[in-house]
Parts: sequence; C-alpha cells; structure tokens
Amino acid sequence: MLDPALAALLSVDHVTQVFQTGSGEKRAPVLSDVSLTLKSGQIVALLGRSGSGKSTLLRIIAGLTRPTEGTVTISGEPVNGPARDVAMVFQSFALFPWLDVLDNVEIGPRANGVPLDETRKRALQAIDTIGLDGFESAYPKELSGGMRQRVGFARALVVQPKILLMDEPFSALDVLTAETLRTDLIDLWQDGRIPIKSILMVTHNIEEAVLMADRILVLSSNPGRIASEIPVDLPHPRDRLDLEFRALVEQIYALMTQRPVAAKPAAREAAAAAMGLGLALPLVSTNSLAGMLEEIAAPPYDGRADLPHLADSLQLEVDDLFPLAETLQLLRFAELEEGDIKLTPLGQRFIDMDVDQRKKAFGEEVLAHIPLASHIKRVLDERPSHRAPATRFREELEDYMSEDYAERTLRAIINLGRYGELFAYDENNQTFSYENPQ
Amino acid sequence: MPLTTFVSAGRRVLPNQWDLVAFAAILAVLTAVAKSYHGLSAPLPAPSESPVSLDYWQLPYYAFRTVLRMFAALAASLVFTFTYATLAAKSRRAEMVLIPVLDVLQSVPILGFLSFTVTFFLGLFPGNTLGAELAAIFAIFTSQAWNMAFSFYQSLRTVPDDLNEVARGFRLTGWQKFWQLEAPFAMPGLIWNTMMSMSGGWFFVVASEAITVGDTTITLPGVGSYIAKANNEGNWSAIGAAVLTMGIVILLYDQLLFRPIVAWATKFRVELSESQDVESSWVLGLIKRTHWLKLGFAPISAGLRSFSFLPISFPRFAPQSETGKAQGRSRIFDALWILVIVVVAVWATWLTVSYIATELNWDEVGRVFVLTCYTFLRVVLLMALATVVWVPISVSIGLRPRLAEAVQPIAQFLAAFPVNLLFGAAVSLVLAFHLNPNIWLSFLIVFGTQWYIVFNTIGGAAAFPNDLREAAANFHIRGWQWWRQVILPAVAPYYLTGAITASGGSWNASIVAEYVKWKDHSVVAKGVGSYIAEATDKGDFPRIVLGVAMMSLFVTLSNRLFWRRLYAYAERRLRL
Repeated sequence: MLDPALAALLSVDHVTQVFQTGSGEKRAPVLSDVSLTLKSGQIVALLGRSGSGKSTLLRIIAGLTRPTEGTVTISGEPVNGPARDVAMVFQSFALFPWLDVLDNVEIGPRANGVPLDETRKRALQAIDTIGLDGFESAYPKELSGGMRQRVGFARALVVQPKILLMDEPFSALDVLTAETLRTDLIDLWQDGRIPIKSILMVTHNIEEAVLMADRILVLSSNPGRIASEIPVDLPHPRDRLDLEFRALVEQIYALMTQRPVAAKPAAREAAAAAMGLGLALPLVSTNSLAGMLEEIAAPPYDGRADLPHLADSLQLEVDDLFPLAETLQLLRFAELEEGDIKLTPLGQRFIDMDVDQRKKAFGEEVLAHIPLASHIKRVLDERPSHRAPATRFREELEDYMSEDYAERTLRAIINLGRYGELFAYDENNQTFSYENPQ
Repeated sequence: MPLTTFVSAGRRVLPNQWDLVAFAAILAVLTAVAKSYHGLSAPLPAPSESPVSLDYWQLPYYAFRTVLRMFAALAASLVFTFTYATLAAKSRRAEMVLIPVLDVLQSVPILGFLSFTVTFFLGLFPGNTLGAELAAIFAIFTSQAWNMAFSFYQSLRTVPDDLNEVARGFRLTGWQKFWQLEAPFAMPGLIWNTMMSMSGGWFFVVASEAITVGDTTITLPGVGSYIAKANNEGNWSAIGAAVLTMGIVILLYDQLLFRPIVAWATKFRVELSESQDVESSWVLGLIKRTHWLKLGFAPISAGLRSFSFLPISFPRFAPQSETGKAQGRSRIFDALWILVIVVVAVWATWLTVSYIATELNWDEVGRVFVLTCYTFLRVVLLMALATVVWVPISVSIGLRPRLAEAVQPIAQFLAAFPVNLLFGAAVSLVLAFHLNPNIWLSFLIVFGTQWYIVFNTIGGAAAFPNDLREAAANFHIRGWQWWRQVILPAVAPYYLTGAITASGGSWNASIVAEYVKWKDHSVVAKGVGSYIAEATDKGDFPRIVLGVAMMSLFVTLSNRLFWRRLYAYAERRLRL
C-alpha cells in the first residue's frame, strides 16, 4: 500500500484518450500516453494549442471524463468519477445565471451536505478573500467579466480543494482585467491565503504560463503528448520585460513551432499522407494571410519576424497566430524556424502583386500543396456534370479525422478554393462546381 | 421576446420507421377505448348536473368553473412534462419510443379525441360529473402537454456543457442537478410554451364543456356550455354577455398571470449580457416592491431551496462510457427492445385495421380520403389568404415601434380568445343570407388562428435591424424588390413560427368549424372535420377512428414534408 503522505498529490499514468464515433469506430487519439505528477506547493501550466487535448486532460484529472487507457490518482486514491479534492475554474465562468453570487458560491458545499451555517461562513470567507465583498446579492448578468471570474474562483475555493484546476481562466477577459486577476491570484497564493496545495492550469498563452507557473508542460498536437517540460525558477513578481523572461518565452515559441511530423511518421499517418487527405486545415481568413505577409515584409521586420514580437504587434493570441503562420508555411509563402517566420521569394513577390495576380498565385499554391484541393478538382473534372456533393468529401475526410475537424477542414478548403478561384461552392445544395452565378 | 411556439419545428424532417410505430400505437389506444365501450347497447350514463341557466349573474361563476378546469389541466400538464420529458431525455431506449409518440400526438386533432375521452372517463365514473369534468380537463391537457413536454425535452438536451461539468464536478445528485441546473435552464422555454399553450387552451375548454356523444349529452357549467345553450336558443344578448365575460377573463389571465410570469422567467435565461428587450409587467413590479410579501415568502423559498438540495440520487439510465463487454450486452438489449416495439406496433396496426374493417370498407376509406383533401384544400387556401392579407399589414405595423407596441398585445389577446364562441353567431349569418356553407364556413377555420401569423410577423418586423433598413433606403430599394429581397426574408423565420402554429390550429378548428349548430339547424361544410363531428354526434366510433387517423396522417405529412423543411431552411439561411 502506498503511504498517502509520500504519494504524489496528483499522478497521471500513461493516459490515452480516444473518442469513438456513434458507430463505435475508433478515431485517432486525442491524448497519447500522457504521464505527469503534481507536488504540493507548485503551480503547473499545461501549455498547448487548440486540439492538443489539454482541456480533455484537465477533465480526465477532474474525473469528469474517463480515459480510454491509463489511470489518475489523487493523494494515492484512484479517480473514478468526479474527484473529491479538486475544483475547477472555467474559461466561460460557467456560473448559474439564475443564482446570485452567494448562492453560486454556496452550491458546492450545499450539494455535499455541509451544514447551512458552516456553508454560509465559508462562502462569506471565500467571497471576502477573493475581493467580492458587497456583490453577494448580485446576479452574474450584472457583473463584468472579471467579477464573474472572481465568483468562479470563490466557488472553487469554498469547497476547500487540494488542487485547483483552471481551464484557460483568463482567456475570455480583456488584457487589463486578465492581468489584474493573475496578479491577485499569485499574491493570494504567495501569501498562503488560499488553502490549496497546488494549481494546475491549462493555457495557450505562452507569456501567461511563464508569468505564473513553476513548471510548464508543453503539449504537442494531434495527438496530444507531453513534448517537453520546462522549469521556471524566476522569482515572483515576474517582470515581462526581464531578459530571462523574454528568453524563456522565445524558447517556448521555438519549441511550439517545430515541425513534429518529420521525426517518426507512424504507419497510419504515413498512409494518410500518401493519400494526402489526412491533413487537417485550420480555418483562417485569406485577408489575414495577406495582411500577415505584408506585415512581415514591412519594416521593422523586413521579411523575417520574431513570432513573440509579431504576436504582440498584431495583438494576436497564439491560437490565432500559429494557424496563420502554418498555413503560410504550407502554401510556401513563408517558412518557420526557431520561433521566427521568414518570407520565401514567392512570399516576397506576392506582396507586389495586384489583386488578380494574388488570387492566381494563391490558387496555384493551394492546388499544388493541399492534396484535398487537387482531389476535389480531379473529381469535378471526372464527372460529366462537373458537380460534386460536399458530403462525399466530408465522408472521405472523416476516415482520417474527427467530425469536427472534417467539417472545419471542408470549410477551410471552400474558403481557400473560392479565393483562389479553383471551384465554386453552393451553400444551398451543398455542392462543389465550376459554375459561378450568371 | 421569444417567439418560438412550435418547438419541434427544428427537428428532423422526414418521417421514419419510428413515426410509423408511434402512429400505430396511438391509433391502437384510441381503438381499444372505442372498442371497450362500443358493445354497450345502452346509452352511456349521463351525469346528473343541473342544466345551465342563461342568467347573466351566473356568468362569473361559470367563468370561474372554466378557469378552474384550465388550471387543473395546467397542473396535469406540468406533471406530465416533468416526468415524460425527463425520462425521454435521460434514457436512450425510452427516447426511441417517447419522442416519436409525442411528435405524432402533436398532429392528432384534439377535438377528434373528445368522443373517446368522454366515453372513457364517463365509464370510469358512471353517473358522476367527475367523469365529464375529467374528460374536459383531459381535452385541455392534450392541447398543452405535448408542446410543453417537447420544450422541456429539448431544453434538457441542450444544457450547456460547462454548467453540466460544474454540476458533476461538485457531485450534485440527480435530484439536486435537476432542480439546480436542468429545471431552471428549461424554465424560459417551458414558461413561454406553457403560456402560449394556455392561450390555445381556451378554445378547447369551451369546446369540451358541451358535447354530445351518441345519445349522451354532457353539459358542464362553464362559459362554453352557456354559449352552447345561447346558440341553441339563438339568444343574442346572452352570446354577447358570454363573449364579454370571456374577454375579461382572458384579459385578467394575460395581465395577472402570463406577463408577470414571462417577465419573471427572464432571470433564467443563459446569456452573458443583459438582454435589450426587457419584458415588463406592472404586476411583477408590484410584487417585487411589496416588502411584506417578500418577507412572507422568504422562509418558503428557503425551505424549497433546502428541499431542492436533498441528496436523492436517481438510477443511472445511460452509463457515460461503456466498456466492451457492457457494450455487447447493451446491443443485445437494444435488439430485444426494438423487437418488442415492432411486435407492439404490428399488433396495434392489426387491432386498428380490424376494428375499422368490422363496419367500414375501402370505399369508406376512399370517401374519407377525398373529404380530407377538401379540408386540406380549405386549410391551404385560407392560410394563403391570411398570409396575403396579414403579412403586409403586420410588416407595416412592426416597422413602426410605437404602433407595434400597441397592436402586439391585442393580437396576442385575439389569438387566445376562443372564437368558437362566435361560430353560432357567424352561422346565423350564413343561414340568413343563404350562403354556400362549403365556402363561407371555411373562413371560420382561420378565424382564431390567423392572429398567430399576425403577432409573430409583427415581432419579426419589429426586430428588423435598423442598419439594414438604412442600407435599403440608401440604395433606393423600393417596391416589390424591397419586399422580395429585404423584408420578407427577414421576417420569414418569425412568420413560419406563426404559420406552423396557425396551420395546426386550423386543422383542429375544422372539426368545430365545418359542422356548426344554430338553433335547430346544423350547417355542414363537406370535409373530414364535419365527418368526425357528425360521427361524434352519432357515437359512430369506427368512423371517428378512421377520420381522426386520416386527418392525423395529413397533418403529420404536411408538417414533415412542408412546414419543417421550410422552417429548417429559414433557420439556416434567413435567421439574422
């Protein structure tokens, strides 16, 4: 038997998560063989892009989702079903709109049979700690985003969890509010005013992770794996302009833009690559792509930009910036290396083209480098009617990816194909064709 | 203001095998009821209730009795909603059967039911008014419950994931989760649908208070039976008094119940920002301002809250994730379950067909089919006419905010008003001027239901964004082009919501509108409505079953093949 005192606060062992389709067929895994441990006194950040399964991992730890394989133990106790010693803070706040602040905060203890007066005492205490005094009888609708998330924190603290789980808790807030909440939380944590042993937070914001965490776990995407682990030893309060801080941010940017596929393509991925349809496309706006090329070409970047700087100057989050950068790389307009993005000669020429030339060049690149585009065009050519229903391609895509990804990829190719004038798409009867309206 | 009344409109479109099962099952139940009483040669025992008097001073009492029936039905509908819809939402196997059944029930003409339910309930309580009361309450119940259950079911299926995770994360039991999360989340939709259904219910309470099945005539004290008597005697002033009474009752219902409750329910809406269109009610304001009332209610609400936190857990209907072995077993159970359903459906079909076949032949089926086509034609033409007349008027009203504010409550009032009170009077005109009943009775079909089109379209036009109006004006879009490309697409989803409700209501109305009595005349228009009404009068159950079945078939098909497709299209393409 494990001695609970010696056991890690939280341990995740070889967790794999595969979602099934309705017909029981298995899809590519969302998480693959993830292991991690959490010790008392640490803030750990799970850093990853959308689709890396980081939120799924958080839900598995909370006991809200059962992993396909692997186990989770908290203080030596295996997690089966919603775990007792954890509480979660949500990106969307997830407050009950029909309950006022006090009732929202009290819901956890009341549901678990804590006596009424004890519940009230603890709730008022948490409300006081988190800086919500005076808002007890307000309804969530009346509150600003920052105040709502404070209710989210108070609601989590009042059940006295050992581990606080946070699912992108600041990403729905504006920059100033988010910063205030982060500092307040770190202050409370540093002063030991919140009785929790450890915080595990999910984020896609690199600076946020470096600012708050003692340890950062970087998750790779598709499937989610722990790609690297970075300790952060900077003392609090941390300064974003500090050289060490900047260096760490740069390092993580470089880590996250490495091309992962080249290493060891599994058999399944290789088969998909041969067909070429397994490539999931992000949904990006063609205007943003052109705008980003222009931004990189212009001073101060002059053709080569540091991604953290670019993110700052364009006010883009990682989840917005990376899909753009990767699409540019896919279409050979730019290249990514070591956290930098560099225009290719084609990218340079694109800047000087007029609208029609741009569309033509764009269409050629899409056709040359995105197998799905050439596949659709081939099907349209082969058919006497030169029309093809979207469902046909959707089903083909679903052999390689989840329904959501297939739908998004299809939307993306429609968008790219329309801009590049490769084919037309009629939303009403969901068919691809060459015809444009007369 | 949420304008969705036809909550199932967004659901799947084409009929499938489950609908056939549901259809067969429902008809079989009707048949079984009819069959059990058909053999009785003696007339059904009529309850001994004192006949209605036309004394004006009795009217408040009658109105009170009518309202009481409404509330009894409301209570029954709520109980039904909370159990039936919850079961359907929580159990996959129950859902397979319950939802198609609900869907078909929505299309079965309620007034066609009446003869069955009266027979059934009188049989339960022979010689007692309770049976007749229950039959009337059941008629109102059937006009409310399906819609409410659908709304609740759909809300339960769309509880936001994050709130669900909070509830599970804090380990709320089934009971706690139901009262903390699911019921409050479903509240706005349920309340709106309840109040709309109650508005529709006045029509049925009036129709079910005085009814003749074969040799049995049932008269329950109420506004409906009062007016039935007034119609028999051709007493104009009594009709006027009854109409006035009904008007006052509905006005009170609207002001004291409908508006305060809908305004109160806005607090349950899940949305991040304060909504622009704030529902207001002077009654709710009054209640909120009275200090002592609040104080009085505080312990009650604290008690209810504790009650809602009782740690009661329900058995789990659907396991979250099944392992391989459990899944295999579950498949076997599924197969067995489907087998049972199919057997029941086949047996039900056989029961119905053999019952109808005892007295009727294929010629009769053909005749009823033709009659249903007449009624179908009537509904289609009248709906088209109502659309052509009311849409332009409603749009012009809706685009003038102050006018719309004034007209909207009137249209809602008119939609709630049971126009069947006026049918007798309208028919007296047909008789007086020797008009063709086949044409002129048709108008009664949309008499009450056209208002759904009116107030929904007004709502749509009022919600038309100002920037689009300005853009249209700026580019000088006028005349037919403005209607076709600007305003009609914008109001289409709203119009369709109203039109679907109106169309369903019109089919129901045809049963009372195609066969109207005035003094000792009965005026008949050819159609399946009058076929059912006449068969009811004679107590001819096989014909009633046949008529109801044929009408239900037409309603279901026109809903699925026409209205829902159109609605789905409008939701997808035209919703702003």
